[in-house]
Amino acid sequence: MALDITTARPWPALLDLPWRLPLEEWPEDRLAALPRGISRHVVRFVRLEGRVVAIKEIKDDIARREYAMLRMLRRLDQPAVEPIGVVSGRLTRDGEPLDACLLTRHLQFSLPYRAMLSQSLRPETATRLIDALAVLLVRLHLVGFWWGDVSLSNALFKRSAGEFSAYLVDAETGELQDRLSNGQREHDLDIARVNIAGELMDLQAGGYVDEDLDPIEVSDRIIQRYTVLWTELTEVERFDLGERWRVDERIRRLNALGFDVGELDITTDFDGATIQIQPKIVDAGHHSRRLLRLTGLDVEDNQARRLLNDLDSYRAAHDRQNDDEEQVAHDWLMQVYEPVTRTAPPEMRRKIEPAELFHEVLEHRWYMSEAAKRDFPIEEAARDYIAKVLPSKPDDSAVVGVDTAEMPVRART
Amino acid sequence: MATVTYDNATRIYPGADGPSVDKLNIDIQDGEFLVLVGPSGSGKSTALRMLAGLEEVNEGRILIGDRDVTNLSPKDRDVAMVFQNYALYPHMSVADNMGFALKIAGVSKTEIRSRVEEAAKILDLTQYLDRKPKALSGGQRQRVAMGRAIVRSPQVFLMDEPLSNLDAKLRVQTRTQIASLQRRLGVTTVYVTHDQVEAMTMGDRVAVLKDGILQQLDTPRRMYDHPNNVFVAGFIGSPAMNLLEEPIRDGGVQLGSIVHPVEQSKLAKAEKTAIVGIRPEDLEPTTEGGIPVEVDVVEELGADAYIYGRTTVGNQPGDTQLAGSDDEKQIVARVDGRNVPDKGQTIHFKPKGQGDHLHLFNPESGERIES
Ligand SMILES: Nc1ncnc2c1ncn2[C@@H]1O[C@H](COP(=O)(O)OP(=O)(O)OP(=O)(O)O)[C@@H](O)[C@H]1O
Ligand SMILES: Nc1ncnc2c1ncn2[C@@H]1O[C@H](COP(=O)(O)OP(=O)(O)O)[C@@H](O)[C@H]1O
Ligand SMILES: [Mg+2]
Ligand SMILES: [Mg+2]
Repeated sequence: MALDITTARPWPALLDLPWRLPLEEWPEDRLAALPRGISRHVVRFVRLEGRVVAIKEIKDDIARREYAMLRMLRRLDQPAVEPIGVVSGRLTRDGEPLDACLLTRHLQFSLPYRAMLSQSLRPETATRLIDALAVLLVRLHLVGFWWGDVSLSNALFKRSAGEFSAYLVDAETGELQDRLSNGQREHDLDIARVNIAGELMDLQAGGYVDEDLDPIEVSDRIIQRYTVLWTELTEVERFDLGERWRVDERIRRLNALGFDVGELDITTDFDGATIQIQPKIVDAGHHSRRLLRLTGLDVEDNQARRLLNDLDSYRAAHDRQNDDEEQVAHDWLMQVYEPVTRTAPPEMRRKIEPAELFHEVLEHRWYMSEAAKRDFPIEEAARDYIAKVLPSKPDDSAVVGVDTAEMPVRART
Repeated sequence: MATVTYDNATRIYPGADGPSVDKLNIDIQDGEFLVLVGPSGSGKSTALRMLAGLEEVNEGRILIGDRDVTNLSPKDRDVAMVFQNYALYPHMSVADNMGFALKIAGVSKTEIRSRVEEAAKILDLTQYLDRKPKALSGGQRQRVAMGRAIVRSPQVFLMDEPLSNLDAKLRVQTRTQIASLQRRLGVTTVYVTHDQVEAMTMGDRVAVLKDGILQQLDTPRRMYDHPNNVFVAGFIGSPAMNLLEEPIRDGGVQLGSIVHPVEQSKLAKAEKTAIVGIRPEDLEPTTEGGIPVEVDVVEELGADAYIYGRTTVGNQPGDTQLAGSDDEKQIVARVDGRNVPDKGQTIHFKPKGQGDHLHLFNPESGERIES
């Protein structure tokens, strides 16, 4: 059997990797020591031509299925890791067959929950992670993806202006359908809750999180958050014809949650006295889409919300309410955003995403103002932040997390 | 513990041409291990999910015990979908790995401990309860995962291809374990697989599905000896049963140059031709004529050998009905391992015994021709 490398785009450098060795035995100097979640398969990160590739050793058919599923999810614009390809037909030097490998692109600036939690022990960190996972699950369910293995380990998290956004990393058990039944959604939620509780209990048993964090209570939150979101995004609302403002109100609420309404079903009953509305198509990324349109910046939704707020303040401060929105945005980008995010010296820039840096500087300015009881220009806040705060920040791209051991289940060993 | 009843249970997906599961009727006994088997897309998973509450039932009912669960949510059904992907938590003891989900369900500490100990005994994990999963072998880790399901002690276990992500060796090992475990626990179990060997080795009874329709529901033995139709005949058994369309003669069926005797009562119900099914082990070489087979491949298994060859006799079902055409047909026969023919050689085979090793099916309907 010959080595078979299936990729969407050809990448000859892949041929140089030591495919004849079991992933567990790959030489250290090829690997990137980045944190990982718990897994049953062996997963390693490799630096290749300036990129970091995540490699998972897994049965051929499952690898192909997962690869196809990840491609589909990307096509559906869902937050998931980017699939690179599948390598199969691997043999050891002695001719023993080895499992296939699924290759995905390492999600930059992302962290597995274990690293997030052990790094910042603030009690609300856990609940924010859950909130992000709830958003991810709702989004996936809306497009008909039945995950089957929802857990903190199977998601990756990125900082997003004081919140987190979650990405799907493990699509092994997923199925895509036209529409999920309530039973299927409940099933995913139930799995999520048990896995989250288990994952938190595990961290507690290892002494990585605070004793007063209650894993069961925190895990319950996934159900609450999910239910609130799902209801807001899908529920039918009825009201009198006179209360038409409630249509706008509903759309505003959805926008605030970060969703655009692509299609809203509005019907009146036969005497025309009551209106019934139900969102039919909703798309996440309300703020990030708007920011992208105005500035070309592609950032997480909550970061975008933050940047848009700053853009609004800029507009007010410069008394440009009547100017063309795009022109103002362009000026803000050139005069505020770019200079601030470029204040950081290059070696510190890999610690933090530009949009996240901008958010941190805004926060920092607020603290400075509180302390000094006066306003500060953002440039000054940026210099101060970069001198005093950023150097001592943990390097997200270099934390080697808590133990990230995998627990393979197989006949050998 | 409970019985499970599929009562005309039907699932039609929106926009689909026909039902994915069509008027399914199965009575599963208390403590029984029932396997749903069939080719991909035959409706096995859908049938299982209907029982789990994951898929809507459009017509008919599903009962667990005397309880109609057709419209209940999954968690109100007291069934456990045994999952192949249980994570193992490195900092938690084996006991906690098995029992932590009960904590969420509000089960008391003492109750958890006793259920975990009980499960550990059955799984042979008692001495490891206080260890960490790292210290276990792959097989033991797999059993811890099973323990997680067992301690829930549901009325029914549901498993959908639970072995599909294991390597071949662990698969066979785990298959045996699941079957023996189920027998010791006595919990009613519905198990889905596309692998007929798995079905035949594990199930108390096996339900064969095709295109959403139940083809046969029987014990593995009965299924093997008495397939109800051509589909089941060809699906169950490995290597598969030989199926040839042959002319019916007075007193028997024509097999190449001979007329093999068949009971008159069976022949009476046959038309001009019948599909004749003969399992590979029911063929024997003969020098008196019969089915001529040109040997392509010989697979030596020690005591026995399988011969894969071609014959020009008869039509295989699914072929265009050209009696006497010289299209070649695949034949598999089991022969004595100490006396194997050479590749390229042509030998004749006839069924063993007097028609009792022959299965006859109606060529139009595919149904078994019964006496
Ligand atoms: N593209 C990626 N970018 C960043 N991290 C990744 C990537 N792919 C995998 N990982 C890390 O590796 C870990 C294990 O990967 P994954 O969940 O796919 O393995 P698995 O063995 O299928 O897990 P499970 O036991 O849940 O089935 C993840 O938790 C994640 O931390
Ligand atoms: N969510 C779905 N939406 C539409 N059709 C489906 C869905 N799930 C299964 N089907 C169809 O139902 C049939 C049975 O599928 P399934 O139960 O998965 O079969 P099996 O488990 O035997 O492979 C197939 O024809 C499949 O295409
Ligand atoms: Mg995983
Ligand atoms: Mg996985």
